[in-house]
Amino acid sequence: PALGLFLFTIARDPLRIIILIAGAFFWLVSLLLSSLIWFIAVKASDSRDVPLQKGLLIFGVMFSVLLQETFRFLYYKLLRKAIEGLVALSEDGCSPISIQQMAYVAGVGFGLMSGAFSMINLLADALGPGTVGIHGDSQLYFLTSAFMTMVLIFLHTFWGILFFHGCEHRHWWEIMAVIVMHLAVSGSTFCNPLYVGSLVPSYILMTIAAAWAYLLSGGSAQNLWRFLLCKS
Amino acid sequence: AGSCQGNSVERKIYIPLNKTAPCVRLLNATHQIGCQSSISGDTGVIHVVEKEEDLKWVLADGPHPPYMVLLDGSLFNRRVMLQLKGTSRVSGLAVAVANPSPPQGFSPGLKCPNDGFGVYSQDYGPQFAHCNETVWNPLGSGLSYEDFHFPIFLLEDANETQVIKQCYQDHNIPRDGSGPEYPLCAMQLFSHMHAVTSTVTCMRRSSLQSTFSINPEVVCDPLLDYNVWSTLQPINSSGKVAPEKEVIIVATRIDSHSFFWNIAPGAESAVSSFVTHLAAAEALHKAPDVQSLQRNIMFTFFQGETFDYIGSSRMVYDMERDKFPLRLDNVHSFVELNQVALRNDSVLWMHTDPVSRMNDSVEVQVKNLLDILRNSSTGANVTLQEAGFSQPLPPSSFQRFLRARHIPGVVLTDHKTAFQNRYYQSMYDTPENIRVQYPEGLSPEETLEYVTDTAKALAEVATVVARALYQLAGGANTTSAIQADPKTVSRMLYGFLIKMNNSWFQSIIKPDLKGILGDVPQHYVAVSSPVNTTYLVQYVLANLTGTVVNLTKDECLNPERTPSSERELYEYAWVQGALDPNSTSRVPYCVRSTVHLSKALSPAFELRQWGSTEYSTWTESRWKEIRARIFLVASKELEIITLVVGVVILIFSLVATYFINAKADVLFSVPRDPGAVAY
Repeated sequence: PALGLFLFTIARDPLRIIILIAGAFFWLVSLLLSSLIWFIAVKASDSRDVPLQKGLLIFGVMFSVLLQETFRFLYYKLLRKAIEGLVALSEDGCSPISIQQMAYVAGVGFGLMSGAFSMINLLADALGPGTVGIHGDSQLYFLTSAFMTMVLIFLHTFWGILFFHGCEHRHWWEIMAVIVMHLAVSGSTFCNPLYVGSLVPSYILMTIAAAWAYLLSGGSAQNLWRFLLCKS
Repeated sequence: AGSCQGNSVERKIYIPLNKTAPCVRLLNATHQIGCQSSISGDTGVIHVVEKEEDLKWVLADGPHPPYMVLLDGSLFNRRVMLQLKGTSRVSGLAVAVANPSPPQGFSPGLKCPNDGFGVYSQDYGPQFAHCNETVWNPLGSGLSYEDFHFPIFLLEDANETQVIKQCYQDHNIPRDGSGPEYPLCAMQLFSHMHAVTSTVTCMRRSSLQSTFSINPEVVCDPLLDYNVWSTLQPINSSGKVAPEKEVIIVATRIDSHSFFWNIAPGAESAVSSFVTHLAAAEALHKAPDVQSLQRNIMFTFFQGETFDYIGSSRMVYDMERDKFPLRLDNVHSFVELNQVALRNDSVLWMHTDPVSRMNDSVEVQVKNLLDILRNSSTGANVTLQEAGFSQPLPPSSFQRFLRARHIPGVVLTDHKTAFQNRYYQSMYDTPENIRVQYPEGLSPEETLEYVTDTAKALAEVATVVARALYQLAGGANTTSAIQADPKTVSRMLYGFLIKMNNSWFQSIIKPDLKGILGDVPQHYVAVSSPVNTTYLVQYVLANLTGTVVNLTKDECLNPERTPSSERELYEYAWVQGALDPNSTSRVPYCVRSTVHLSKALSPAFELRQWGSTEYSTWTESRWKEIRARIFLVASKELEIITLVVGVVILIFSLVATYFINAKADVLFSVPRDPGAVAY
């Protein structure tokens, strides 16, 4: 799905590509900082204490979520400044790209980088002759990881739209909702290997976020109905 | 992927097997032997074979070929191996060490070791050639000399074997009569060898590469190392000894082999003989009048004898071409020690060559030699008996010398006809084979000093040999003072059989060689030289026969600066010395000895005759990585399902996105902000 989104909506417009790459970069930096904190915490603590390590991991994940959202906010600020520049450069006094489109592209950027990080690592090992399971893990590891990555990419896209909309119109509850949803999804991955506990809530949250973002972008139930019935 | 060790996904999938030994490919002039895996490893579903009936599953019944067989050590014999070799349903083999050693004996060597490279051939004693008269190694199955097209690994650690068997029990056992279900436990072995066909081919390819390529890719290396030799009276090692000076050569081999690479404990086949030899050298040096003896004695330790007499053939070649201080004219007689630890009723057999004894002058000298030996055994717990005039010589370095000249000589062994050693050249030729046993609960230091019965027996043999050598060399005094020290023998046995890294060995080696002292000693002649065994024999001999001289480190390492050092006669070594009992530092000192190394590379490689039938042409293939791991494999159905689901989602999402994009103005109403552009 991310490939489809990229091909059909982003690849044509160079400005969107730039925003996509910059968004991916911002996500990458946030991950770098959060992993640095976790690494220092792990090195400073006793590596044999398993509950402590698990606690540190949970702390690390939560911290990373907060840091990602912070960087999303910083990116928003940057794009706001950019719009003023684009307006100044354009011929007819209005920016060639709206903040909503920027929100969508930024979300896709975040999602793509997050997905790449989740999957490339696994794909490299999936190429070997073996599959997961010799220590008792589930055999469906690769499949569920793939689905989890897909849902995360979608979620990042929708959160991008929601977040920027919230920043734009000063709806703080939208921002809080995004942060809470992100924490919930990341937290649900701690239910693994009980994949039901992580995949199902994530997909439910994704549909909620999708609907919300759709409504915010100017869609409505009627439009959806007309689309599905192939009317023009 | 090879360098990402800490990857947690990889750890979820694979369990690496660390304590394994591969079987590698060796080549000679006409054949290749050993095992080969494909370049990206061989994978197969594990099947544990503990009884003969389990083989049927692998060979015929099992529904998921190819199989990776985990063979119990007791079934590792020629019959089973040839069955596995002949089928294509086997992709590899892992052998678990049999503990205790198989009681019926096990020898993967040949029935007639080093046949064709000794002295007996169609032209010389044809009735003795090809073991027509005596089969020396009747238990020999010749497994080491077979060529297998799948990898074979040895599992040295019983814990790892248990892990594999547990995985097998959990996943691979057939339930309710039908085949086992996926996921199945599988194993992958990597041991891709670069050389093929024969030494001729691989050396030709390597030399082409070395000549024409900027980054040469050598595919095989000749087996080479160094012989250790030392003389009782010092001789000029760079000059030539006068032809009238006679030398008696005492020889033993110091290497062994087994089916697997670098597993060669060689307790009876090599260690027992060279330890006895070292003890005899020590005893002789202690005698007071040895420097004035009529004849000199050369203690020689040949390396590479297992592979068609690499060391001895090279020494004979050098002697013939004046590249060695001695020439064949100087050799008065030859005494060799071969497998002396398993004596029955304390009998030591003396073997001689019947063909050369048909010459009268040689016969007289041989008789003299035998008489002196018999006299030296009075009073010792050793009975010397002649092995019989109709018997040929057993495989020994003496045969190479006989090929060049009819020297009177004798080979001392503990067997009259067939070997007493039932584990000749196998991984089971361990200290237990020569009955080296220590009581429980001793610390390493105490074990080093404990004198075993085997050590006492070998010391007796060393005493007899030393006394005989003294008399042969023209010594006139009584020989009762010449005694080998059982304590030294015991320490050497401990060091060469059980633990190389002990305090005595540490104190007699050079400071920068500390790292070579590994754990379990193996005596394989490898391709990078010198191997640990050669180093240690050199330094032990220097310690036992040399003298401590009062030189500083600088003077010791650079003896040419000191005028009185006589550096052509002696070798100087700066050894690190014993550990001070209270501190952690050592007191190094300088040792002066007559111990030298001489290159042991088969003359076939010097002469570039890769296909020679006269000299040894053994080479070892090169390889990039050797490792083993186990994991689960998924069924083909699951893999296809995963792939199809992925493709379906891809196509669906592409189509959906296209439509959403095309109909975007339907889906999204024009926003109130006039400045924005619609999708």
